[in-house]
Amino acid sequence: MKKLMLALALATTMGLAPVLAQEPMKVTIATEGSSPPWNSTDPTGKLIGFDVDLGYELCRRMGATCTFVAQDWDGIIPALTVGKYDAIMGGMSITEKRKKTIDFSTPYAVGFNQIVMRKGLGLPPTDAKAKLNLTQMDASKQATIDTLRTALSGRTLGVLRSSNSEVVVNELFGKVATIRSYDTNENMTMDVAAGRVDGTLADYFVLKTFLESKDGDVAEFYGPMLNGGPWGPGAGIGIRKTDPQLKVAFDKAIASANEDGAIMALTEKWFGMDMSPPK
Amino acid sequence: MDIALITESIETLLGGVVLTLELTILSLLIGFGLSVPLAFMRASRSQWLSMPVLAYTYVFRGTPLLVQLFLIYYGLSQLAFVRESFLWLLFRDPFYCALLAFSLNSAAYTIEVFRGGIQSVPPGLVEAAQAIGLSPTKIRLRIVFPLAFRTVLPSYANEVVGMIKASSLASTVTLLEITGLARKLVSETFAPYEVFIAAGAIYLGLTFLASRLFNLIELHLSGAPPDKARFPWLLKLRQAL
Repeated sequence: MKKLMLALALATTMGLAPVLAQEPMKVTIATEGSSPPWNSTDPTGKLIGFDVDLGYELCRRMGATCTFVAQDWDGIIPALTVGKYDAIMGGMSITEKRKKTIDFSTPYAVGFNQIVMRKGLGLPPTDAKAKLNLTQMDASKQATIDTLRTALSGRTLGVLRSSNSEVVVNELFGKVATIRSYDTNENMTMDVAAGRVDGTLADYFVLKTFLESKDGDVAEFYGPMLNGGPWGPGAGIGIRKTDPQLKVAFDKAIASANEDGAIMALTEKWFGMDMSPPK
Repeated sequence: MDIALITESIETLLGGVVLTLELTILSLLIGFGLSVPLAFMRASRSQWLSMPVLAYTYVFRGTPLLVQLFLIYYGLSQLAFVRESFLWLLFRDPFYCALLAFSLNSAAYTIEVFRGGIQSVPPGLVEAAQAIGLSPTKIRLRIVFPLAFRTVLPSYANEVVGMIKASSLASTVTLLEITGLARKLVSETFAPYEVFIAAGAIYLGLTFLASRLFNLIELHLSGAPPDKARFPWLLKLRQAL
């Protein structure tokens, strides 16, 4: 009853009272399409991945009809604000900077990022299984970062343009290394394989997929698994600020999918581990 | 729209002008150097000389420059023998990949432009030159090419302006020229409108300067006395030369 009242109140305040009698809501969701297992494009051109599976699952819970479209990462926020589509599900981290331009749902997954470097560069060994959250830095974390910075100075690092990894790379290594920005993760990892760049920092699973591919044996994980800091609390669905009812709908669907374990099941299917957000 | 952001962006993007000009001018120079001998081959009556050049211009004019750039940048790096050879010193660097793609593309267009000019030179002039005993090479360099160049100058100016704009594709292979910087700036400000307006304004300025330059060259080559009121310095320059 409470929920119904809330829905009615919401509908009335937004002048959308007739919405109850309308056809199912149509939502177009954009994703990047080259960041497996978050999202990728299969050989027939169909979008697949965790974002796509979860997107359809959330839409089912919202009673909405959803379509996924592919959009290059560096234009993905501007095209949302001008209305080319209604939402972004691309493993996009919720950050303060992005929140200035768009709204986010509550996080639907929490991931990791890591550095990959080419083998044979003579770099000092590191613990690639360690985890480091950049949100609250202390002396020991700072020491780890300083060691990394010394190890990577003079190297060339590739990074996905407009990504949080780009922010982190510029912040941590911008002064000591050459940074090159790429349009897609695929192009970037191709250049790691070719040796045009010595390494990269990107989403853990994007890099894991690359390292397991036939070109990937030239490189390996380097340094701790990173999250927090510029990456924020996790991946959220990007929504226009002028579209609060869609945010409410997604938040509700995420909470319900997290509650009954649907998100956990999907993260285990695609990532091989539980990455569901804290309940 | 935020006017202050546009002026700020212009300031940042001006940092990419040097790279844009480097790419454009070097590719035009290399393209020009390749195209003069190849244009004579293309204009030749011998099939053995003209057909290979036709095949080259046909391929490079018939495929998008972006595809050519990706083939050179991402394609060549897939081949192990390229990565293991001395060529990798060049192809490892995105600048030389872009320069190669732009030069080959520009040469293809310029060959066809010059070929048209060479074929438009009246045969009587060539015969006259032969009659006074000039060697075939001298006839080509002293008679045919200068006349051809003058005829096709407006079309060549088009190619130059086209090259300035096409150099923006270098941003797709991580080069930070004007467009590369603009895309970086968009990723920091999320304001594509202002930033790309600024980038467009800079390109407009560059193409304006290029077309003015070619107007002056055209005027100079036409042999007509320059308009004293408009170009007093040009008149002086000519007298000095």
